[in-house]
Amino acid sequence: MAVDISGNTIEVENLEHSFGDVKAVDGISFTVRKGEIFSFLGPNGAGKSTVINILTTLLRLQKGTAKVAGHDVEKEPEKVRESIGIVFQELTLDRDMTVRETLEYHGRLYSMPKEERRRRTEELLRLVQLEGKGDTRTKYLSGGMKRRLEIARGLMTRPKVLFMDEPTIGLDPQTRIRIWEYVREINREGTTIFLTTHYMDEADQLSDRISIIDHGKIIITGKSWELKNKLGQDLIYLESSDNRAAAEMLRELGSVKEITEKPKGLVLMLSGDGTHLLPKLMEMLTGRGIAITTVNLKKPSMDDVFVHYTGRELRDEGAEKLSSAIIRAGKR
Amino acid sequence: MNTGFLTIYWRDMLRFVRFRTLLFTSLVQPALWLAFFGVAMSNNFDRLTATLPTIPGVPTVGYLTFIGAGVIAMTTLFTSLFGGTVLLFDKNWGLMRETLSSPLPRIHIIIGIGLSGMTKSFIQATVIMLFGLLIGVRFFDGYTLSQTLVSVFGILVFVGVFSLGFLFLSGAIAISMESPEGMQAVITLLTMPFFFTSNALYPVESFPPLLRVLSTVNPLTHLVSGIRYFAIGNNFSAIGIQYVYTPNDILVSFLALLTFAAIMFLIARWRFGKVTVT
Ligand SMILES: Nc1ncnc2c1ncn2[C@@H]1O[C@H](COP(=O)(O)OP(=O)(O)OP(=O)(O)O)[C@@H](O)[C@H]1O
Ligand SMILES: [Mg+2]
Repeated sequence: MAVDISGNTIEVENLEHSFGDVKAVDGISFTVRKGEIFSFLGPNGAGKSTVINILTTLLRLQKGTAKVAGHDVEKEPEKVRESIGIVFQELTLDRDMTVRETLEYHGRLYSMPKEERRRRTEELLRLVQLEGKGDTRTKYLSGGMKRRLEIARGLMTRPKVLFMDEPTIGLDPQTRIRIWEYVREINREGTTIFLTTHYMDEADQLSDRISIIDHGKIIITGKSWELKNKLGQDLIYLESSDNRAAAEMLRELGSVKEITEKPKGLVLMLSGDGTHLLPKLMEMLTGRGIAITTVNLKKPSMDDVFVHYTGRELRDEGAEKLSSAIIRAGKR
Repeated sequence: MNTGFLTIYWRDMLRFVRFRTLLFTSLVQPALWLAFFGVAMSNNFDRLTATLPTIPGVPTVGYLTFIGAGVIAMTTLFTSLFGGTVLLFDKNWGLMRETLSSPLPRIHIIIGIGLSGMTKSFIQATVIMLFGLLIGVRFFDGYTLSQTLVSVFGILVFVGVFSLGFLFLSGAIAISMESPEGMQAVITLLTMPFFFTSNALYPVESFPPLLRVLSTVNPLTHLVSGIRYFAIGNNFSAIGIQYVYTPNDILVSFLALLTFAAIMFLIARWRFGKVTVT
């Protein structure tokens, strides 16, 4: 029995987990459908890895229920372990084993037959472009190569579900894009993928559905376009001689869904196409004596979605970027 | 049968032969012990005991031969007590997560580490015996070839069971500790009582009663007795003391080692059942 009749590969209900006083996971429920790529998007310390550790049976379940590939993580951990592959957030390679030995060890752990181990190893080395490195010890690989090896290892046993905890952390843009391609490729071959990330673009590009998670709670779940559409179709950022008065006036416009005040300007979420509204809006403000100094029209990005739902930016993006992502976008 | 423990065994042996220096020192160190401590002490002891009357009909062996067994036993003790360290490193470096999230039953980790540690002890014991014979340890004196083979086999069985016991203990400690320094300290502390309440280096016959009790429950004593029985004989004298081992004594020693290993196995299983890594 690989999959629940419901067609869900992961089912989590009211999951809670504490480390002492720290409530790392605070009542999370979600499902991942068979064949889906599902992402947890959230800042550092949001509880993403903790959820992965529980789902992969590395942490004992404290409260709630969790099923992976049709098996309860608490009652049938061995069955769960047989069905999953994991790419951990931190490097977990034995520095003194070679690339081939690393895959060999993994295949053996899962009792793969010898012939199949050999074939799969060569296949995967080709996939992650490490053919020439088979007999190199992992300590002599570059960071990106190590990550690719770990991804290959996660795929070694053709798991039903692959957990990837921040798979592209610290990789250069080309390598990230190549890894996204692998991920899509293995997903096409039928592997359900659960990934965590704090890169907006990664969640956006890769996932069928995204949950935004913060402080141990899921804030919202949906397809990337659904989440963006909730912010309206277009966003306008403007700075003017009197932002407060401008906001007053613009609130009366039917196609402006919501206005957020920023330190130097305003963000308008529009329910319709902004290209037609923008000239009218500028005309209106100028007509009432408000001078517009800066204006920018854009489609909402995952950054905007995140800021909108969490009220702040990803915590780790550095102090100078802490002003809103929308302002950053407005200056582009 | 699930042979998952062979995977753990394979990896640990891979590392053992890969680290040439580790391999080399693990073989040279016991040989040096025997060469320096053994030879130096045997000159002293043999001089002191030269004046003692020999017991008629009982062969007398020199001190070097006497502690030959002790050096094998001590080496096995050290190697085995440190044999679980790899698990602590695996845990700290995150490597353990791969193993723990795999379908491999956790008990196989202990068994695999136990078997690879035991193999290392076999190699060491064999090297010490060969080296000892070279520098004048009179093991297997007057034995026929088949007697020698049986004796070597007997020694290895004793060494094997003993090392398994201490490897399980070491594994249980490793998986419960946070830092290698802590583990080092605990193990150093542990070795002392085992070491000094055993008959490895000197006779326990003149110990005060409490120490004698400790020495009889000490697995090291039982291992040393087993090795001496097989390597030297069932009736000999050394340092002026007559040693008589009946087959019964040896059976009891063997059972004691088996019991010890079994208890340590249970402790390790319990510790591994509780382990979580994040
Ligand atoms: N083993 C642990 N012991 C104590 N606290 C922990 C442990 N693991 C995680 N935490 C705490 O739980 C919270 C959630 O951590 P978690 O690792 O799940 O976050 P995350 O979303 O994966 O973050 P990141 O993006 O930085 O990886 C944090 O406050 C963290 O300090
Ligand atoms: Mg994490």
